[in-house]
Amino acid sequence: MAGTTVRGRLTWQVATVSRLADETPSVRTIELQVPGWPGHRAGQHLDVRLTAEDGYQAERSYSIASAPGEPVAITVERLDDGEVSPYLTEELRPGDELELRGPIGGYFVWDADDGGRPLLLVAGGSGVVPLRSILRHHERSGATTATRLLYSSRSLPDVIYRDELDQYRDGVEVIYTLTRSQPPGWTGHAGRVDAALLAKVAWSVSQDPLTFVCGPTSFVEAVAGGLVELGYPPGQVKTERFGATGATGGT
Amino acid sequence: MDELDGNAIGGLLQEVFGTEMTASVGTCATCGATGPVAQTVVYLRAPGTVVRCRTCTSVLMVVVGVRGRNCVDLRGLATLEVR
Amino acid sequence: MSPVSRGFHGRRRVPPGEAGRVPPGQYVTTDFPVLSAGPTPHTRPENWTFSITQAGRGEMSWTWPQMRALPTENVIADIHCVTRWSKLDTHWQAVSLDTLLEQVEHDAHYVLAFCDGGYTTNLPLQDVTGGQAWLAFGYEGQPLPPEHGGPARLLVPHLYFWKSAKWVRGLDLTSEDKPGFWETYGYHMYGDPWREQRYAGD
Repeated sequence: MAGTTVRGRLTWQVATVSRLADETPSVRTIELQVPGWPGHRAGQHLDVRLTAEDGYQAERSYSIASAPGEPVAITVERLDDGEVSPYLTEELRPGDELELRGPIGGYFVWDADDGGRPLLLVAGGSGVVPLRSILRHHERSGATTATRLLYSSRSLPDVIYRDELDQYRDGVEVIYTLTRSQPPGWTGHAGRVDAALLAKVAWSVSQDPLTFVCGPTSFVEAVAGGLVELGYPPGQVKTERFGATGATGGT
Repeated sequence: MDELDGNAIGGLLQEVFGTEMTASVGTCATCGATGPVAQTVVYLRAPGTVVRCRTCTSVLMVVVGVRGRNCVDLRGLATLEVR
Repeated sequence: MSPVSRGFHGRRRVPPGEAGRVPPGQYVTTDFPVLSAGPTPHTRPENWTFSITQAGRGEMSWTWPQMRALPTENVIADIHCVTRWSKLDTHWQAVSLDTLLEQVEHDAHYVLAFCDGGYTTNLPLQDVTGGQAWLAFGYEGQPLPPEHGGPARLLVPHLYFWKSAKWVRGLDLTSEDKPGFWETYGYHMYGDPWREQRYAGD
């Protein structure tokens, strides 16, 4: 499906919640049964629309957490003053209906036949969600391209998909950095992603890497700027900004 | 600061144009900068969706839902190449 | 029609309660949503001026201290956003536009407000005089924060709140009604919430 233009008008449809899985105390993965789902590409997202009894509606976008071929799933972080995320992470139950449209996106996507270029994935907080879809697709497709995920979280309990990410080896490296607190004995990185850490982790420009950066807007701007300073042509760094709060379109 | 990028309006643009648009390349009519729609600066929390040039901040595109229909103003774009 | 999402309520919406206070199609909110069409300017009062001009006729401008030396009013107003939220009993500290307009020689019928960041909006002169409009620099007893239009914004509560331009820096007085930012993109030239004039043609 690489390079295929997504055609046709997107329509809202009703999906059913099939499973819930808590990733961290404030993050939940919601698996969905979507009738007629056409399949998706790693990195795409879907739009969710909620309707209250008085007709009030709220709409948000969430990255698809699962790989192409797996059941559709989104991972949502609950934001304290959010309007939608508390509902999705605390109220929603298996069997509930969820109105959505998708899959959406043709820019922030990775296909397994992307030429064997080394892959750099940089995630800030819930920005890891679409990158996890890419990693899962990478694994399921048997791709052997060298891959690094640089993942910035506030603390260890905030790391989403930790057990799964810790399983990667053989050409897929996961590098964590914890910005606010580290557990005793932590040997990983501490502090925000900065020029020094990028210089250590990023592929050299001469290797013609593919790069995806996702997370809060300020994180993405800082990382993209840092990569450009390492010589990455701006057009080669693909970015997806989640706004100040972590989900597009609000909280 | 809720500045998003063009990825956030992928659904809206597909609804408007009938095809995926975030990988399409636009040229700013004000400063001539080019780049994918995904890299534009998007303001969603407004009476309409406002898409601005990342280089010069001029308005590229505005989408307003007028009585249930999408009204799209593209005057800020010199060109838009669908990919 | 979209199915109702079981258990979803959204942000707290208060039923109107008081007949006649809430225009048609609006819901009452207790928070103060921030809407913006562009990056938030951060103009400091020491660099701020406000000017009222009619080309070829009259001009007047005020620095921040000059504006603050004018009579200040405490204004309590209900405000109505075209995106359907209304907020009741908002408190502002402001200078009446009557006070400012009185100092300019003009024979105009319309104003086009212009702002840092390039935003504009148009209003009939008769809607910004007679005690209907203010230049607001304080909200709830505090300096108006930048995300809500500080250092100063227009306050014209009888019209949809997009007419209460944030980051306002002046008024151009004109003989014709020229569309501002949202009016150019399909919103109503006048914007009376009580007649639900949201879009051009309403």
